[in-house]
Amino acid sequence: MKLLVCISKAPDTTAKISFSDNDTKFNESGVQYIVNPYDEWYALVRALEIVEKNGGTVTTITVGSSADDPTIRKALAIGANDAVRIDSEALDASYVAKQIAEYAKDKEFDIILTGKETINYNGAQVGGMIAENLNQPFISLATKLEIEGNTATLERDVQGGTEVLETQTPFVLSASKGMAEQRIPNMRGIMAARTKPLNVIPAIEIENLTSVLSYSLPDAKSGCKYIDPENMDELVDLLHNEAKVI
Amino acid sequence: MSVLVFIEAKSKVSKAALEAVSYGSKIGSTTVITYGNINEQELTVIGEYGAEKILVNRSLNESNDQQLTNLISAAVDHTGADVVVISQDQTGKSIGPRVAAKLNAGHVSGAISLPETANGFVVNTNVFSGKAMAKITVHSDKKVISLLPNSHAPVKTNGSATVEEFNADLGEGRIIVKELKTQGEGIPLPEAELVVSAGRGLKGPENWGIVEDLASTIGATTACSRPVSDIGWRPHHEHVGQTGIAIRPNLYIAAGISGAIQHLAGVNGSKVIVVINTDSEAPFFKAADYGIIGDAFEVLPRLNEAFKKFQSSQN
Repeated sequence: MKLLVCISKAPDTTAKISFSDNDTKFNESGVQYIVNPYDEWYALVRALEIVEKNGGTVTTITVGSSADDPTIRKALAIGANDAVRIDSEALDASYVAKQIAEYAKDKEFDIILTGKETINYNGAQVGGMIAENLNQPFISLATKLEIEGNTATLERDVQGGTEVLETQTPFVLSASKGMAEQRIPNMRGIMAARTKPLNVIPAIEIENLTSVLSYSLPDAKSGCKYIDPENMDELVDLLHNEAKVI
Repeated sequence: MSVLVFIEAKSKVSKAALEAVSYGSKIGSTTVITYGNINEQELTVIGEYGAEKILVNRSLNESNDQQLTNLISAAVDHTGADVVVISQDQTGKSIGPRVAAKLNAGHVSGAISLPETANGFVVNTNVFSGKAMAKITVHSDKKVISLLPNSHAPVKTNGSATVEEFNADLGEGRIIVKELKTQGEGIPLPEAELVVSAGRGLKGPENWGIVEDLASTIGATTACSRPVSDIGWRPHHEHVGQTGIAIRPNLYIAAGISGAIQHLAGVNGSKVIVVINTDSEAPFFKAADYGIIGDAFEVLPRLNEAFKKFQSSQN
């Protein structure tokens, strides 16, 4: 099997979020980057489990600059065979999806896996767009993947439940919690990652369709009103008359 | 502007779908595209929330991303819509980006405001897992907006919509649905207005009765923190937070959850947060509107009784 896993970097989950340049840029100072958890814990690890069982290769792909290389090496340390970086700023989701689809279109990958969303942009867009660009089925929010020959059985989250479905390779999926368990790279993996191929290729020239005009932070809470644990009637009264949510 | 709103109405039109219809009608003249065995009564409701016309495709019966994309794209051709609105529920996440790619339209994901059109086409969205917002400018002529549930209160207009059967070449579906396992009758978390949530402070899955009792009294959906779903006390689909589901209910009641930054990321879109914790230093109190320093095992049943008393006084 030939699998492609889309890897993006994201600020560490404990990073303080602030903005610079008149609120037009994410303030990166002091921010530690990690592999986006959905890409790493679920998409990448499940891809590795599949090739460990069925044979094959796992390639990662990233649209980004050399600043992405440490997170790409982390994915290699966890076990991917090789990595591709399309050398460009990720301008928007459609831009990223078109770059990846352009790379993948003649490589005959059996499955392209993405995380269900990144934890910074939460767009949940790239997988579906790659699928459309390649005219392949897209299974969003997948929580299980089993593969037998060319037939894949998947589970995914749908409104009010879980859907069990079947499709044929090639297809694209976005991985959600439940798909696999996080793996910690061992020292051998980390050493091996240094010499695994990381191929940097140029981007194709296309225009982005959206851009970020500005960022803002939500209004701070005005402060917590404490209520006597013995007096829940007061809380109900406040929720009804003051907050007006009941 | 001409607007096309896609809604999925398998049995009943969801609140999230009505939000999308109402949102669309605030942007421009709105046509709804839907599919399956939707009944007359539900079609009437769609008209009452601002749609002028409803296109129904009766040939399609199950959600299939490629066929739905072809259906929506054909409806865009048919109506000449400039803007497509889709609720960003699970189906929306599956087809919104796909529709945008097909139309080569800029896609706004996680929209929480109506577009501002004074200077370009700008929509406010949720980013950094709810820790920030971003204003997105769409440059393309056609636009696709995926609207975050619970971000736009649906407004009843008492209008009515004309209904047309709509057929299009949908191509083949390459996904075969084998089985649907439902989670029961409750309101799904992303759509819930009231949520009662608990964490490790509850000490074990056998103690969730007091959480469920309170939820059932007020008609809330139950949720939990990540550690609780990781150790299997509660199902994964109840996990709210940065790596679980992000929610925006009117009321979020959290018991025995300390409020780690990753948890806050998933819930700080809530309008009102009530925190119950024995530890007065729990970081969650900083994000709370109302705080109770006390034992969840005593406070939750007491709160349940207080709600029941309130409800009987209202009748």
